[in-house]
Amino acid sequence: MSDALLTYDNLSVRLPERMDREYAIKDLSLSLNANEILCVVGESGSGKSLTALSTMGLLDRNALTPSGRIDFMGRNLLEIDEQERRALVGAKLSMIFQEPMASLNPFYRVGDQVAETFSVHTDLPKAEIREKVLALFDEVLLPNPERIYRSYPHELSGGQCQRVMIASALALDPAVLIADEPTTALDVTTQAQILKLMLALRENHNTGIMFITHDFGVVAEIADRVAVMQHGNLVEIGTAAEVLRNPQHPYTQRLLSAVPILEPRAARTDLGEQILKASGIRKTYNYKGARGSTVSLKAVDDVSITLRRGETLGLVGESGSGKSTLSQSIIRMVEPDAGEIVIDGIPLHTLRTRALRRARRHMQIIFQDPNTALDPRQKVGDAIAEGPIVHGVSKTEALKRAETLLESVGLDASASQRFPHQFSGGQRQRICIARALALEPALLIADESVSALDVSVQRQILDLLHEIQGRLNFGLLFVTHDLRVASRICDRIAVMQKGKLVEVGEPIDLFQSPREEYTRQLLSAVPGTAIGQLAMP
Amino acid sequence: MSPTFILTKILRMALTLLAVVTFTFIALRLSYDPAQAMLGPDATQREMEQFRAKWHLDKSLIQQYVIYVRNLATGDFGISFRDGRPALDVIFERVPHTLQLGFVAYVFAILIGVPAGILAALKRGSLFDRLIMVFSVVGFALPNFFFGILMILVFSMMLQWLPSAGSSSWQHFIMPAAALSLTLAGILARFTRSSMLETLSKQYMRTAEAKGVSKMRRTVAHALPNAAIPVVTILGLMLGQLVAGTVVVETVFAWPGVGRLLISSVSGKDLAVVQALVLFIAFAMVLANFIVDMSYRLLDPRSRSKS
Repeated sequence: MSDALLTYDNLSVRLPERMDREYAIKDLSLSLNANEILCVVGESGSGKSLTALSTMGLLDRNALTPSGRIDFMGRNLLEIDEQERRALVGAKLSMIFQEPMASLNPFYRVGDQVAETFSVHTDLPKAEIREKVLALFDEVLLPNPERIYRSYPHELSGGQCQRVMIASALALDPAVLIADEPTTALDVTTQAQILKLMLALRENHNTGIMFITHDFGVVAEIADRVAVMQHGNLVEIGTAAEVLRNPQHPYTQRLLSAVPILEPRAARTDLGEQILKASGIRKTYNYKGARGSTVSLKAVDDVSITLRRGETLGLVGESGSGKSTLSQSIIRMVEPDAGEIVIDGIPLHTLRTRALRRARRHMQIIFQDPNTALDPRQKVGDAIAEGPIVHGVSKTEALKRAETLLESVGLDASASQRFPHQFSGGQRQRICIARALALEPALLIADESVSALDVSVQRQILDLLHEIQGRLNFGLLFVTHDLRVASRICDRIAVMQKGKLVEVGEPIDLFQSPREEYTRQLLSAVPGTAIGQLAMP
Repeated sequence: MSPTFILTKILRMALTLLAVVTFTFIALRLSYDPAQAMLGPDATQREMEQFRAKWHLDKSLIQQYVIYVRNLATGDFGISFRDGRPALDVIFERVPHTLQLGFVAYVFAILIGVPAGILAALKRGSLFDRLIMVFSVVGFALPNFFFGILMILVFSMMLQWLPSAGSSSWQHFIMPAAALSLTLAGILARFTRSSMLETLSKQYMRTAEAKGVSKMRRTVAHALPNAAIPVVTILGLMLGQLVAGTVVVETVFAWPGVGRLLISSVSGKDLAVVQALVLFIAFAMVLANFIVDMSYRLLDPRSRSKS
């Protein structure tokens, strides 16, 4: 192609020895054109991020050696020297990352960090750079650029930090922008705004954008072309319409069918007795604001919810909506300021330390990140048996039950003798589920429990939760920011905004005729609502 | 930094010091009878009573405490039982010696330890890194009296280059300062290295690289300020310790500092001096802590807006 900006020619990245496979990327050939958004899709370990890092020269050269060619502006990026690379990177070739907050140096004001891109690559006077930075902030739609310029990263939201990062990447009008999962850590509404911004960039600057993502919803929103990667191989490439509507490779087909789509259903009818009644829950955080003033944040503001045996209640909202604080207040992991909580007939809000500890077996929680939720030095079997042992089950009995539980979450009983690091992320989340279920709780809370997982794994875990709930008949409080996931498994969905409960209803009602404006906004921000129709022939 | 912030910090320092005063007072009064200790086993009953009356030791413990605190408030730290001079004077004639030695050791430790740690982190896994780490372990694992005695053996006894005891010339500084700074530099190098490694692995370092920032600038402008924060904590604690003097090194080199005074006052059961010394050391630690807190505020923008 004549207007290719960036061309990969047989790019391979060899992994260090003793890894589970020889190559992280194998013989990748691909090109990115001007005025194009190319989405590179794949699950973790597919090599999509390493492709980006190889392009930028950010690979850890001690462990990984790329071979082949990456051609950009007439040069092979794999062969240029450090000085030449520094002149290109950040100026003509720029990149934004997944975690916007962590991508900015906490030590400096964000305006100065964007200004650095100019001062590194140009000789412009300071005042002029400042003007340009403010103009960039304006372009990426940051409110009040002057104030943002003076802010430190921790004073901004994730979405604002990502806009700052985009501003920095755009500073010198790059030919190519590589975006590595730039919206994965953001709320849906913020994600929708950032995606819109990407589309505007391509229009106004003719930029070639390589957008790396695992989310086909996002692909459907912005991609011109799609490249699908699996285990370091490019398995399929084509226009967005082709790949989404008529995927050729079985892996693409499997990924697409695992993509959660909005498929709201009605509540199940065979629900048991009420096992959770929380009323009037309040939690306020006080922290110091500017000049010693105290700022109060009502994280949960007079919220009441109920849950029955066998029922799944989805708790949805954006970050900062109070959904996590609420779910943790209900089981008094966070001490609520006010409110009554009855779980499985126990008036939890009245209990003191010891009684509260004894009551804990009625309620369990599964967290978001299975990698940090397990003690790395505790054998899996011991981790699962610990709860029952604490609550009076004999050790042999508890360990035997742990093995049965491991089997029921789809793992082998022998897994009990191994350590967490010997398992994949999805397997670890299964272990966390087994651990939570070991106490046969009446109430199970899943706090963003599938958000950190790949779509295909996500789907398996959701199916597992659903199937086990059918057998053990617990009430499931499912906290998520993903409306698509919520629509699949919930009997009722509660929408939270700024600490308040906005609306509660069965998915079928809530999604088809939302009563509240905020629910409508959330729904319209869900990426890839078109996939459902696209996939239909 | 708001005035209220500094005021609360100072108030907390005062409370800490009051707690120290109370605790040392109770602990020391309960542990032995000063009259018995000072006058010896042959003292008559009359002599003991006179001694007790003179130092208010015949009053109740509460009354003694009130008198003690009131005296402290007016700057009266009591009189040394041994030479009859104010305890504070006894301490203050030692302080300059300790400060001089401490300052020299501190500066050397920073000049050696911090750059060694930074370079080791930048060249992680290299021969240089491993050498630095070996020296670091030797530095803080070897008791410094051993290193001190070794130096005396070599430089004073065998080569006769340096004086082995006293503090009258600049040559006297070399060995005690070296003994002290070796330990400190070892700790500092290790701390700086791990803090630097942690910072280098941060996402914002990759952002800087992706912006085309040179390695030199990435290290100096992006990594160092962030890596400095935990190192400053250690530096502050070290500062407090150095003011307190180092008992072992001062003893080995017969250095007339605070550390040796502490030893001789405790063994001589000089109550007023021990009390005043403990207070003085506590004050030094609290002050060092305050300085660390303040430098956090200057270094870390995040700590300025959090409570």
